[in-house]
Amino acid sequence: MTTTASIRNKHTGELDSKLVFRPKSRGYFPKGLCLAASLLIIIMLAVILGNIVIGGYHIISWDFLSSPPENGMESGGIFPAIFGTVVLVILMTIAVIPIGVFTAIYLQEYTRPEAHITQLIRMAINNLAAVPSIVFGLFGLGFFIGFIGNGIDSIFYSSEGPVWGQPAILWASLTLAVLTLPIVIVSTEEALRTIPCELKEASYALGATKLQTIWRVILPQAMPGILTGAILAVSRGAGEVAPIMFTGAAYYLPYLPGALNDQFMELGYHIYVMATQSPDIEATKPILYGTVLVLLGLTFALNFMAILIRSRLRLRRINA
Amino acid sequence: MKKILICGLLLISAVGLVMAGTTITIKGSDTLVRLGQRWSEEYMKHNPDIVIQISGGGSGTGIAALLNGTTDICEASRDMKEKEYKLAEQKGIIPYRVSVALDGIAVFLHNSNPVTNLTLAQLKGIYTGAITNWNEVGGPDARIILYGRENNSGTYAFFKKQVLNKEDYSDYTQTLPGTAAVVNAVSKDKNGIGYGGLAWATGVKFAEVKTNDTAMAVLPNVETVSNGSYPISRELYWFFNGKPTGELKKLVNWALSEEGQKIAEEIDYVPLLKKDAVANIVE
Amino acid sequence: MKRMKFKPKSKVHEFLGEKLIAINAFAALIAIVLIFAFIFKEAIPILTDPEIQQEASIDKMTFKQEFYEGRDPKWSWQPNSEVPKYSVLPLVIGTLKAALVAMLFAIPLGVGAAIFSAEFASRRWREIIKPAIEMLAGIPSVVLGFFALIVLATIMQDMFGFLFRLNAVTAGIALGLAVIPIVFTIAEDAMTSVPISLRDAGLALGANQWQVSLTVVLPAALPGIAAGVVLGFGRAIGETMIVLMASGNAAIVSASLTDSMRTISASIAAELAEVVFGSAHYNVLFFLGTLLFIFTFLTNLGGELAVTKLKRRLQGRLS
Repeated sequence: MTTTASIRNKHTGELDSKLVFRPKSRGYFPKGLCLAASLLIIIMLAVILGNIVIGGYHIISWDFLSSPPENGMESGGIFPAIFGTVVLVILMTIAVIPIGVFTAIYLQEYTRPEAHITQLIRMAINNLAAVPSIVFGLFGLGFFIGFIGNGIDSIFYSSEGPVWGQPAILWASLTLAVLTLPIVIVSTEEALRTIPCELKEASYALGATKLQTIWRVILPQAMPGILTGAILAVSRGAGEVAPIMFTGAAYYLPYLPGALNDQFMELGYHIYVMATQSPDIEATKPILYGTVLVLLGLTFALNFMAILIRSRLRLRRINA
Repeated sequence: MKKILICGLLLISAVGLVMAGTTITIKGSDTLVRLGQRWSEEYMKHNPDIVIQISGGGSGTGIAALLNGTTDICEASRDMKEKEYKLAEQKGIIPYRVSVALDGIAVFLHNSNPVTNLTLAQLKGIYTGAITNWNEVGGPDARIILYGRENNSGTYAFFKKQVLNKEDYSDYTQTLPGTAAVVNAVSKDKNGIGYGGLAWATGVKFAEVKTNDTAMAVLPNVETVSNGSYPISRELYWFFNGKPTGELKKLVNWALSEEGQKIAEEIDYVPLLKKDAVANIVE
Repeated sequence: MKRMKFKPKSKVHEFLGEKLIAINAFAALIAIVLIFAFIFKEAIPILTDPEIQQEASIDKMTFKQEFYEGRDPKWSWQPNSEVPKYSVLPLVIGTLKAALVAMLFAIPLGVGAAIFSAEFASRRWREIIKPAIEMLAGIPSVVLGFFALIVLATIMQDMFGFLFRLNAVTAGIALGLAVIPIVFTIAEDAMTSVPISLRDAGLALGANQWQVSLTVVLPAALPGIAAGVVLGFGRAIGETMIVLMASGNAAIVSASLTDSMRTISASIAAELAEVVFGSAHYNVLFFLGTLLFIFTFLTNLGGELAVTKLKRRLQGRLS
C-alpha cells in the first residue's frame, strides 16, 4: 500500500524508527512551543500598533490632516504628504492595472500552463516580486529619469534645463507600477480561475468571439479580483519609500504637485525625513507618530478592504 | 476602470490649473534646509505669486543638482570642491556664491558627561579612532561612541577638513542621515559624542572647544561664532548658476536684509555681521 | 459552417486583440530584463573603464588594500575620502549579519506559528493568527524602521546594555518582523497542502494528532518550509529602510552582532542622492545594486526549486 510505503524510510525502505509512537503522550511540549511562537508574534504586533496608536491618536484632527507642515515640520499638518501619496498611487494604478490584468488574461486564457512561454513569464513575475525595493529605485533613476526623461529632453527641450530628466511624480509612480505589477497579475489570475467554465462556453455558444468573451464576460466577472489586486498594489505602493527616494519625493514643498513632472511629498518619505532629519526630534515626535498612524491606518484600511472582497470571491468559488 | 482613469486625469488637470506664477527651486544642505524653509515661508507671504520648493539631501546633493541643472539655488554648508568647480566648467555652469548665514559646528555630549572641553587635537584623535576611551580626555573609563553624518553632508566634509585635517573618520563612526538623528542618538547615549550645526541641538550639551592645550575653551553660541572666536565655524552658502537676476536676486537680497537675518537668528542660526550682509547684497 | 458567420472585420479585431494582449503579457519579462540591463549598464565602467578602475576595480573592492603607504592594508568603505575606498567586504558583512539575526529570529517564530496554525490551532485561534500575520505583512518597512529607531533600540539597550544603541541585533530583529510573514505564509501553505492520506496513514499506525504533525506532515512539507526560509532570506538581504534607520550605518569589519553595521542596500539609499552622475562612486553604487539583484535572483530561483520539489514529492506520494 502506498500509504505505508510513504512512512517507510525513503532510502532503506525500513519503517522509520521515529514512527514508533508512544500513544500516551499528549504533546503539550511541541504544541506549547508553537503556541508560544504564535503568541509572541501577536504580542509584538500589539506592542508596535499600541505604541503607534497611543503616540499618535491625540494629534489626529481635521486640522492636522488638512494643513501643510509649518515651522520646520515642528507644527502644522501633513496634507501635502497625504495628497502626494494619493496622486502617486492613482497614477501608479492607472499604469499598472491594464498591464497586469491583460498579462493575467493572457496567462489564463491564451496559453497552457505548461507552455514554455507561460513558465518563462511566470518566472519573470516571481522574480520581479522578489527584487529589492532599493533596486527599483536605481532602476527608476537609470531608466525612467536617465534614459526616457533625458531622452525626451534632448529631443524636445534641448535648449532649456531638464524638464523630464529629473525626479518627478510621473517617474516615481511608474517605478512603483513596475514594483506592484506582480501583485496585480497574481490576484487577477486568482479571480480568473474562479470564473466557471460554463459562462465562457455559453458565451461562445452565442457566437461571441474570444475577445468579445473576454471583454464582456470574463472581465466583468473578474472585477472583484482586479479590484483586490488594485487595492493591494495601492497599499503596497503607499508604504514603499526606497523606490521613490531618488525618483521624485521631496523633503518639503510649499505647493501641491500640479504637473506630471513636479516633485511631491509622500507619507512614508515624510516619516523617514522627520525621524532622521527634523530639527528638533522631541518637538516633532507627536507629528511623527501622527503621520505613522495615518500611513498605517491607510494601508490597513486598504488591506482590510482587499481581504473582504477576496473572501466574498472565495465564497463564490465554493458556491460554484 | 475608465471612470478611475477619467477621474484621475481630471484631478491632475484641475490641480494643474491652480498652480501659476514663478517657481524657484532650492536644494541642498540639510543644515540650511530649515532656514531656507522659514525664509521661503515668510517670503511667499509677502510675494504670493512666487512659489519656492525646497528639498534637502545634503550639500553634495545640492551641488550635484546645480551641476545637473535641476535647481535654481543650491544651499551648501561648504564651498565647492576643486573637482566640482572643474565639472561645472565642463558643463558650462558658472557657480556664483553668496554667503547667507554663519554656522558653528557644535560638538555634542550627553548631558551627564563630565567632560566639558576638548582641544581640536583631541577631537581629531577621537574621530579618527586614535582615542577610544573617555579616560584619555579626562572622562570616565568608558568606550567613546562616535556619531557622525552621512558622507553626502556638508557638515561631514567640513568637519573632516577642519578638524580631521582631511583624514578619514574611524570606521566605527555611526553615520546617521541627519543632524537631528545625531543629536537624538547622543541624547540617549551617555558615552556618545556627535557633531552638527548649532541650530539643531536640544537635549544634549555642547563641548567647549580649544584650539590648543593652553588656549581658552570657547562655547559655541551666536556671539562666539559671529566674532570668529569659536574655532569650528563656517559660512553657509547659496550657489547660483551665474549672478542671480530678477526674482532670484530679489529673494537673496531679501534673505540678506535685516528682516531675513532676523529670521535666521530667531531659529538659532547665526546671522552675518551687518557689514558682511550688506557687502554680500547682489547688485 | 460556423466560422463563416464571422465578419472579416472581427477577425482582424480578434487577431490584433490577441497580439496586443500577448505583447502586453511580456511586460513582466521585459521589466526584469530592463531592470538588470539598466543597473548593470551603469556598473560596467568598473569592469572596462581604466580611469574608473584606478579608483574602483573589482580587485580593489574585493581585497585588502594598502591605502596609505606604510600603513597596514585593510578593507575600508570611505567613498568620500581624499583616497576613496570602496571595499565591499564591510558592507557584505553588515548585510549578512543583519540577515542572519533576522533569520534566527524569524525562522523559529514563523515556522512555529505556521505549524500551530496549520496543525494545532482551533478555528478561533486561526482566525486570530492569520489576520495578525497579514497585518504584520501590511506594515510598511519605513514604519518598522521608525519603530526600531525610536522605540526598539532604547528597549534593547536598556535590557541588554548594548554599547552601540543601533546594532546588528536591533536592526536584525526589526528586519525579522518583516520576514516572519513570508516564512509563515509559505510554510503554512506547504503544510496544509500535504495530502490527507498521509495523515490517515500516520493515525492508522497509532500516532496521535501531534505526532502525525511533527513526524509525517512536517517532514513532507520540508521543501516548502525551506522555500519560505530562502525567500525570507532574500527579502532580508534586500530590505532597505529598516536597516538604513536602525543599523547605525558604520562600515566595520567585525563579527560581533552588537557592533553597528552598514548594509549594501542602506549604502545605496544613503549615498546615491549625492553622487555626481558618471563618477566612480556612482558606478560603484550601481554595481552594489547589481549584486543585490543577482543575489535575490538566485535566492528566488532556489525558492522556486524547493517549491517544485515539494509539489513533485506530494504528488508522487498521492499516486
